[in-house]
Formats: sequence, C-alpha cells, structure tokens
Amino acid sequence: MASILRCRKLRYVEPVKCSTLGLESLETLKSSDKAEGGASAVVVNTINRSLPGKRRRRPTNDWRYIDWYCWMVGYLCTTWWLLLLLSHFLSGFQAPESPGSKLKREGLKALHPVVLVPGIVIGGLELWEGRPCADGLFRKRLWSSSFTENFRRPLCWLEHLSLDSVTGLDPPGIRVRPVTGLAAADYFAPGYFLWTTLIENLAKVGYEGKNLHMATYDWRLSFQNTEVRDQSLSRLKSKIELMFVINGYRKVVVVPHSMGSLYFLHFLKWVEAPAPMGGGGGPGWCAKHIKAIMNIGPLFLGVPKAVSNILSSEAKDIAFARTMAPVVLDSNFPGLQTLEHIMQVSRTWDSMMSLIPKGGETIWGDLDWSPEEEYNCDSEWKKNLKASSRDQSHKTNISDGQLGFRVKESVKFGRIISFGKMASKLPSSELRTFDFKDLSCGGASTKSNSSCGEVWTEYDELSRESIKEVAENKVYTATTILDLLYFVAPKMMRRANAHFSHGVAENLDDPKYSHYKYWSNPLETKLPDAPAMEIYCLYGVGIPTERSYVYKLLPSDQCRHIPFRIDSSTGGNNGRCLRSGIYFVDGDESVPVLSAGFMCAKGWQGRNRFNPFGISTYIREYRNKPPTILFEGRGLESSSHVDIMGNVALIEDIMRVAAGANGVELGGNRIFSDIIKMSERINLRL
Amino acid sequence: MSILRRRKASETEKASKEDTHKETKYKGVEDEKKDKISKRKVEEKKKKWSCIDSCCWLIGCICSIGWFLLFLYNAMPASFPQYVTEAINGPLPDPPGVKLQKEGLTVKHPVVFVPGIVTGGLELWEGHQCADGLFRKRLWGGTFGEVYKRPLCWVEHMSLDNETGLDPSGIRVRPVPGLVAADYFAPGYFVWAVLIANLARIGYEEKTMYMAAYDWRLSFQNTEVRDHTLSRIKSNIELMVATNGGRKVVVIPHSMGVLYFLHFMKWVEAPAPMGGGGGSDWCAKHIKAVMNIGGPFLGVPKAVSGLFSAEAKDIAVARAIAPVFLDKDVFGLQALQHFMQMTRTWDSTMSMIPKGGDTIWGNMDWSPEEGYACNPQRQRNNETQVAGQSGTEGLSYPKRVNYGRIISFGKEVAEEHSSKIERMDFWDAVKGNNLGNTTCRDVWTEYHDMGWGGIKAVGDYKAYTAGSILDLLHFVAPKMMKRGDAHFSYGIAENLDDPKYNHYKYWSNPLETKLPNAPDMEIYSMYGVGIPTERAYIYKLTPAAECYIPFQIDTSAEGENEGSRLKGGVFSVDGDETVPVLSAGFMCAKAWRGKSRFNPSGIRTFIREYDHAPPVNLLEGRGTQSGAHVDIMGNFALIEDIIRVAAGATGEELGGDRVYSDIFKWSDSINLQL
Repeated sequence: MASILRCRKLRYVEPVKCSTLGLESLETLKSSDKAEGGASAVVVNTINRSLPGKRRRRPTNDWRYIDWYCWMVGYLCTTWWLLLLLSHFLSGFQAPESPGSKLKREGLKALHPVVLVPGIVIGGLELWEGRPCADGLFRKRLWSSSFTENFRRPLCWLEHLSLDSVTGLDPPGIRVRPVTGLAAADYFAPGYFLWTTLIENLAKVGYEGKNLHMATYDWRLSFQNTEVRDQSLSRLKSKIELMFVINGYRKVVVVPHSMGSLYFLHFLKWVEAPAPMGGGGGPGWCAKHIKAIMNIGPLFLGVPKAVSNILSSEAKDIAFARTMAPVVLDSNFPGLQTLEHIMQVSRTWDSMMSLIPKGGETIWGDLDWSPEEEYNCDSEWKKNLKASSRDQSHKTNISDGQLGFRVKESVKFGRIISFGKMASKLPSSELRTFDFKDLSCGGASTKSNSSCGEVWTEYDELSRESIKEVAENKVYTATTILDLLYFVAPKMMRRANAHFSHGVAENLDDPKYSHYKYWSNPLETKLPDAPAMEIYCLYGVGIPTERSYVYKLLPSDQCRHIPFRIDSSTGGNNGRCLRSGIYFVDGDESVPVLSAGFMCAKGWQGRNRFNPFGISTYIREYRNKPPTILFEGRGLESSSHVDIMGNVALIEDIMRVAAGANGVELGGNRIFSDIIKMSERINLRL
Repeated sequence: MSILRRRKASETEKASKEDTHKETKYKGVEDEKKDKISKRKVEEKKKKWSCIDSCCWLIGCICSIGWFLLFLYNAMPASFPQYVTEAINGPLPDPPGVKLQKEGLTVKHPVVFVPGIVTGGLELWEGHQCADGLFRKRLWGGTFGEVYKRPLCWVEHMSLDNETGLDPSGIRVRPVPGLVAADYFAPGYFVWAVLIANLARIGYEEKTMYMAAYDWRLSFQNTEVRDHTLSRIKSNIELMVATNGGRKVVVIPHSMGVLYFLHFMKWVEAPAPMGGGGGSDWCAKHIKAVMNIGGPFLGVPKAVSGLFSAEAKDIAVARAIAPVFLDKDVFGLQALQHFMQMTRTWDSTMSMIPKGGDTIWGNMDWSPEEGYACNPQRQRNNETQVAGQSGTEGLSYPKRVNYGRIISFGKEVAEEHSSKIERMDFWDAVKGNNLGNTTCRDVWTEYHDMGWGGIKAVGDYKAYTAGSILDLLHFVAPKMMKRGDAHFSYGIAENLDDPKYNHYKYWSNPLETKLPNAPDMEIYSMYGVGIPTERAYIYKLTPAAECYIPFQIDTSAEGENEGSRLKGGVFSVDGDETVPVLSAGFMCAKAWRGKSRFNPSGIRTFIREYDHAPPVNLLEGRGTQSGAHVDIMGNFALIEDIIRVAAGATGEELGGDRVYSDIFKWSDSINLQL
C-alpha cells in the first residue's frame, strides 16, 4: 500500500517538475528521488525511467493495463470538460435574442392569464401508494425525469404504471398521481425541454405563478375519469375562474399541446354541461372566461400511429430499431418480453384510445381514395437531391423519370393497415371483403399460456385460425380498423367505447350527444357559444409522418404473443412514401397535417353545424428547419411534434396573443402545406 | 484506440515544445555535461509521459473510483439504511400512518398545510444580470448553492424594497407552489415530508392535501396585494370542500404560518376591498379544525435579537467559538451586516416581535415564568437517577431571574432590582451623523445613521421590557418599523368593538382580534416542551467600530452554576428551542378558553404538548419524539394526533389537553382582562 501511495505521490509531483523550469529545482527533485530510491520497488522503477541509458525497455512495463485505463478515462474526461467549457462560452456568444426579451423591448406586458395543458406521455407521474417492491419511491417520479429507478426494477415499474384493465382506474393498492404545478412538464427528462422555453419567455414579459398555470392531469386515464378520480376538471375550472378574477377579470389564453387539445375540447363541453355529469358552469362559461385556445400540434382527428401502437405496440421508431437489431427485440430474451410488456401496460391506458383516427372513411379515405392522394412524397427528397448532387445529374434524371412514372400510381393512404405490400396497392375490386361477425372468438389457444411466462396480452385468447383469417390479404380503412381493434382487443375497446367515440355525427341535436363520450370528438360536438373566442391550430409541417402501415403475419409461435408486426422489409426501392413498411405524409413527425389542420381549415371554418356561433379559427404552420449546429440543441426553428415548443416563431405568436393581440393582428392564416386543398377534397356535410 | 494515441501524441507534442524551449536555457547553463543529448532525450520522453499523462492518470483514477462508488451506491437496495438502523436499534415502531391504517382510519377531511417562516422555498422569476441562468431555480431552500457561488447577488435578490416592502425593480422572486414548496427545506432535512408520507398511508393525495405556500418575506397583507395568495388559498379551500363532498378542511399551520392563518381567517370574512368577502360564516362553513404546530401567537423574543443585532443563540455561540470569522471583516465579507440588511427588508420578521407588552411578557420585576426551574432535562433525570443532585438544584432557586427584561445591558443590570437601575431616556439622544459611513463599503444598516451618541443612549437605558422594546426598535430602525407599523400591531385591545380593529394590521395579533363566529371549529395548540428556549438577552456595546453592528449578545455572561438559566448571554425558559411555552400555549390555555372577549363564539381549544426526547443515536436522524421547533414535524405522537383529527376525531376523542409544562400556572399569573 505504501508503495502505491508513494508511486502516486511521485506522479503527482512530476507535473511540478515540468512547470518549474529552473535547473536547480529539477536537480534537487531528481536527487531527492534518488535518495528515496531504495525505499520501494516502484520508486526504483520510476527513477529508472529518469536515469539515462540503463534500462530503456522498462518504462513500457510500468504502464500496465490499469494505468492505461485510468489514463484513458482521465484523458477523455478532461477533453470532455474542455469541450463543455468551450461550448458553454460559445453558446454564450451565439445565443440569439429570445422572443421574450425582443417582445419585452417592444413593450408587451403580461395581460391575459395563460393556462398550459400538456399532452400524453409528457406529464410527470409520481407514486403515492405502491407495492412493497416500490419501497422508498414515495412521491418520486415514476414517469419522466430520470427514469433511473425504473431500470433497476422494470417489472415493478410496469406494474405500477398499469391501470386496472376492467375499470381503467387504479389497481388496488397502487396510487400513481400526476405531478402538479409547472414542474410537471417543463422538462421530460433532464435537459429535454418541453414547456420550459415557453415559460421562460412568458416570464420575461411578466408572467409568474399567479397568471400562469399548468393544468396537469393523469394522461393515462380517460378524460372523464380524471374528473372521477382526481377532480382534475373541477380543479381546472376553479383555477381558471380564480385567475380570471385575480387578474382583473381578464379572460385566459389556453395553450394545449398534443393530446391536451382533445382534453381541453372535453373540458369545454364538460364545464358547460349540467352538474352531475358536467361542471355546471352554464352556457356562458366559455364566453366569459376564455379568450383563445392555441392548440400546439393538435390531433383533433386522431393519429394513425395510435393504431399501430395498439395493434402491435410499435411505431416507426421501433420498426426501425427492429431492422437494425433484430435480436434484442425479437428473440425471447430470458424473461424479457419487452414489447408484450409494453403492450400489456399501454392497453390499460384509456387515453390511448382517444387518439384512434376519428371520422372514419369520410375523413381518412376509403380503400381507393384519400385526401392526401396527390401528395408528392418526393418533394422534400427532390429538393435535397438538387441541392446536394448537382454533379450527379444523370442520377437525378433517372429519379425524375421514376418520379413521373410513380405519380400516376397514387398511394392509397386510406388503407391504414394492409397485410402485405401487395394488398396495399391492389385495386379495391380485387380485395376480399370480410365480416367480423363470422368469426367465433373462441379461447382456443389458451393452452400456450402457461409455458410463456405470465405476460398476458389479449392475443392469447384468440385462436390462431381467426388471426389468420383477419390477416390474410386484408386491408383496413379508418372505419374498419375499429372492427379490427374490437376483434383483437375486446376488453380494451369495451372500456374505450364507454369513454370515446370515433364517428361523425349525423344530427348534432340528438340528445345522445350530451353524453361525455362524445365530448372529445370534434366531429360529434358543437363548439360552445362564445363568438369572441378564437381557436388556433399551430403545428409543424415538412417532416414525414406516419400515415399507414404494411403489416405481416408472424409464423405461429407459442410464445410470441403479438402475431402482427410492421413489415419493415417492404418499401424503399422507389417509393419514398413507403419506408420500412410505413407510408409517410406531411406532418410534424407524429401528427399528419390532416388531423392537425382540418378542423381549423374546414370543420370549424365560418359558421357551420360544428361551430354554430362562428368562433373564428386560424391556422399557423411552422416549417421545419433542423438545427444547423450542434450547439443549438434541438433547434430554434424545429417543427417536430415536441421540439416545436422551442420554435421561436410559435413562441412569439403565443406571447402576442397572451399580451392581447388577436388572430388578425398576428397575420391570420399562415400555411405552407396543402391543407386547404386536402380539406376541400373531404366531403363532409357542414 | 489508434485515434486516441494520435490525439495523445499531439497533446504531448505541445508540451514538449514548451519543454524544449526551456531546455535551451538549460543547455546554455549546462553544456559541460557529456551525455547531455541522450539524457535530454530520455528526459523529454519521461516528461512526455509524466506531465500530462500523470494528470490524466490521476483524474481517471479518481473518476473511476467515483463511478464505482456511485455504482455501488445505486446498486444498494433502497431499504439498506433502514436495515442497518434496525440491526442496531432493534425494530422501529410502526410509523403512525401504518398503525392508523391498520386501525381502519381512512381519508376524510381535506388538509391544508401552512408553512412557517424560512421553511418555504423561493424561486427566481426575473432577476438582474448576475443571476442569469437561475430562472425558476430555488434561491431559498434546496442546496443553497448560489449563496456560496455569488453571495452578493444572492443577497440582492433576496432583499425586498426598503420603502414598500415589495419587489425591488427588476427582481421577481416568488414562492414555490405545491407540496414541494416545503416538504424538504434542504436535501435530507424534512419539514412536512414525514407528515405528508404518513397522511398518504391512509389515503391522502394531492387532491386532498394542499400546501398554502406564500412568500414568507412579505407582510401578510402584501402577499395578497402582490401574489393574491390569500385569494388563492380561499379558492383552493372552497374547491377542496366542494370536491370532497362538503367535508370541512383541517388546517395545519406551523410556526409563523399560525399568524398567517389567523390573518387569513379575519381576511376571508372581511368585506371585499380589504378582505376576501367570504361573509361572516365562511370559517364555520369551511374549517373543521386549526391545528397550530409550535405557534408563536404572542411572538418570540428571538425575533427581537434577530432584528436588533441579527444574531440569535446559534450565532452568538458561533461567535464565541470563532470570533474572527464573524466579527472581523473577512475577505470583504461583512456577513452579519449583509444578513441584517437583508432581513430588515423582510416585513414578516416583524410579525414575531413579542406582543402584549408588559402584561404578557412581564415588567422589570415580574414575569409569568417566575420561579421556573431551569433545566427540565436535569430535573427529570433526577427522578430516575441520583437523588443527591436535587440539592444543588435547590440552590439556584432563591435567585430570581427577571425574564421580563428582554434586553439588558450587562449582567449586573439583568440581576439588579429595578429600583437600583438608573435609566436614561434615549429618545432625546441626538443621532449624530456617522463619519465612518463612507469607509464601510456599501453595506448599509440603519445603525450608520444613528451615530455614536444614539448608540450610547440606547446602552444607557440599561433594560428593556416587552413594552419598551418597541420603542427601542423604533429608535434604532425607524424605517423598518415604519413599514412594520403599517402591517402589524403588538398591543392589547381595550375594546374589541372599536371600528379601528377592522384594519388588517390587527388581524395577525390574537390579542386585538376576535375569533370568527364558528362554534363547531376547534383550535389546537401543539408544541414541544423540554428544551431551553431563548427568553431574554444580555447585550454589550461593541467597542467603537464604525463598520459593525454596535450591539452584541454578551456571550461571556454565564450563570454561576451549571444548571443556570443564563448561558452565553441568553436566559432560557421552557419551550421548543424557538418559541417559549408562554407564546405557544397562552392563547389556548387562557385567552381563548371558554367564551371570552377574544373568542365570542366559544370555539373549543386544546393544548397538546410533546415532551422532547432527543434521538438515541445518530442513525435515528432527527428523532421520532423530538419536541424541537422544526423537528417536531417528525414526532410520531403529533403526527398521530393530526391524522386522527383529519380522519374525523374531535379534541375530546384525542384525550383533551395534554400538558407537561407549567403553562396553566403561568397563564393564571397573567392579569389580562377577558
């Protein structure tokens, strides 16, 4: 031990030698080394290195593996720190002026109180009561923030995040509750901002706790259940009323994001509905309290992603990951059935079902037709090609030729799920029609249950034959997809049916539409009587977004519980729309333009049956511009679903409205995509 | 790896270049040596390896060890510390939440927490240049990292405006909302966390618990003016009552929160422009019980010393131990002066100046605590241990302590009979201009305006009682007290029906307000006893030094024997280390008992005292039977009481009063018209 210490001490001393330049100090140090030399072997070694000519080869032996390791780690650390320091200074220099300080100079001041409504998966959840395996996690975040605890005990974590599969509420003995306050969703994980940028900018013009509120709710529950269990809707109502009063009777500006837009739609109906089911605010409540609703990346009509999520709990990211590393996800690692577990958990979340595409074939297109039909998938790519490869002009020519060829063969986006690539392209006449009623949902294959671990998904209860029947060369549109989901996940859909509806209303005055399950579907509700209110649709465009999927049926395997899978081998050859089994359209990476913009562009435009009091609507699109340099982080002009919260143009729009501007003063609509054309193609009675 | 090596090479090249540069000098001096070329080569090589590499090696080593330890720590099961504790101390008793859950108690009444002074977190919303990057970071509470990094900036941001008592321009520091505001004061130092965890066991969660966080630096009415905090509390209580099926709330204020909630109860029923306009039956409709924990109803003497010389017992002791650090102007840091400057801008500190004057706190020769045997710890030990000690204890009895003299200059003054003290009135003293002002850097305390003449006059008055202490503070800190007078009052009402008592400045003084008309409500006073608590101080004038606070607690003044009440210049009585029993218990023991003029509707009051028992060993942390002002929040008996009341029990079901101290005897000796 002593020798090691000595050795380290010497090494510690050596840099001093380097820095003391004079001869004397060098000599004295050396001599002191010599004097101590006899003490231990290590010291002898170090001195050997310092003495000339004696043993040249020894030094290499000195550096053993541990030394090498330590050296490397130290080296990496040091360079890392240096880089950090550098980037710290650089970012200090480069930071452009934030919209907050810019608008502050213009003289904008906090006027209307602001309510933020976070979306799905981004709000934090914390544990209030749990099983013994979650000891010590009381009031720690289970969802968002660092997730470290969760990697330590993944099964325990999943158990606590699941809800009861029958009621959709807490399982007995477990209480997981949303984090309250601004801290709930300002950062998702350390360094991954969500609302922070917006909050920071709002604060610059004078916003603070009394006029800025984050309406947190448990995003796993169905909307009405957040009221039943946590009284979230009542709290939001009381909070808005309070802010209205203490800020001098100024109406609030609501800023929902993602699923929050549906949640707030539900709230609008709930608050005016009479007391037992609703909030009893009376018909004038919205007109009195709300100035504007600024939906960021709204998914009024649902997202196709939700379907693939429910069907096989995979989305683009997972499908890509599967092609890269098939072993990890596919093979049944000892005890790990990742996807099955995820599926089991996410199927207990009712809120997932609010995201299923709404409006059926009228909106999303049928077997042969879709509103996006003329969308040119290659426009983005073509731009890239032109910019980057001028010299390879012959290649561009070829691809141009291919383009011209392919445009004729339009992609059938309406077929949200098709089994096999062929099925996705066949003309509709060649497709077999199919009736789910013919199928007997017998629990024939439950025998495999015992051997496959205790992971339970509803697929186990389906017989192999019926699965085959469902899958073979079938295509599903937005309407029939509901039948498919009914078939593969009856329990889940039974719960969902009590809370959500996905149709289009024939007659909005039908008394059945006063039930809460219709409140979050914009196609089955009327907007409230608040003519002075404004509704904004703010969303990103210019990023390929999932629209429909090519699935394949997996060979029969006892322990493989999810029989369907996105066929990631398809596509890529010529059609840029189809990549790894997924057809893409324009959108913000999660929500297609159609879902985000249609209601504002057409469904609520002017005075119609969905908007009987003529609330004005505005569309503000933000084109994607990826960050140019690394230091910029996630980009100031990004428009992807989550990163758009840091988009300076969007923040500026929100701040102007919060400070009193209206839609016209903002500049009205600002459109880059084909949303108007697409909407016109949709034949919806208004 | 090869890349790494190359990088390393380039790095070392730089180093060697420098070396060669130096080497040339070296050569010039030492060219006689014959083997110098080879030697130099080797030396260079050695240096290549040694200089930067050994640095890297060291850093790497430390990093790896650190990571390894971190890994071990993370891999350690979360319940490990508990195992260790149980192995050493034997099994722990069930926490009250678990125990009561087994008894079948469930959530019933919503609870509202009202945190006290300094325990609530404050965060930055807008600041000056120096506080860049601290947006929505905690300035107060948490790790206090910023205090060390930029102390002056921190002081600047924590101070309020000296005139208005509100935000200085360009700075907005706001209270942290939600339960996180005061569950932990600093990492590992719980305040409300234990209580919250135990309530959660029987089913409480965020919808039935509410932390009424407020900016504790402001005067109570100003929290409403600036942040609308009172309105928010009102709206939240109304919401909780509505969403929990009309069940009234149980309010649990702690420390200064007690006064704040007293203010709230008056505010909410007062008509709209000044009050909340809730109507005269708001409290009756919404509040089941107010369970005050360690409430300084009548103020604390500590507040006086805090305002007077920015020191309390802890600081006085620290000064005795390390006089250099606090007294001398170390590194240009005038810690106490800065601290004083900051705290004097906080209006709330003035809410805790002793109230009720000489009637309550005693005059020059009399005090309610008279004859208090000082060291209760010792006394109790005597019963179980050696009986012989009681003899020495008896010796200290005859000498009476004049607790009424809250501040006396010199030990003799503190002990002399009042007739022998010559007092000079200080009001006439001329406040001279202090020439030293400019030399004292930019720290400004009002003492600088006072001049030596004024200071001396203050010293000459010799002894101050609770009544005259106000005059003293008016004299030494006129600006601060001017703000204080607008928001707080410290007297006793002659006639409570006088319309002047409708003003909000009387609302937080229990001796100048009536309790609301809510006969079903219950008021609990829960506090710790058995810890010596500051009650009166012996001061000395510091030698004429222009840059310092001219008064200091005279830490050299010690009692004669060990069991004395006087220690380090501070006289102690029974209490919870901060609040004397008198202040915490008197209102519930006497002034509000039964139907009195302060309590016209006959709200029932209960006293629950918790005898202090220090933790057995370090592993127990801050103890489960502590009676100390903040640690009592982890006291199992107190938590059990609260949970029972929250689950529906009344004061009688708890067992009524539970008293260890002499509070009833003392209260009787106070001659207050009821």
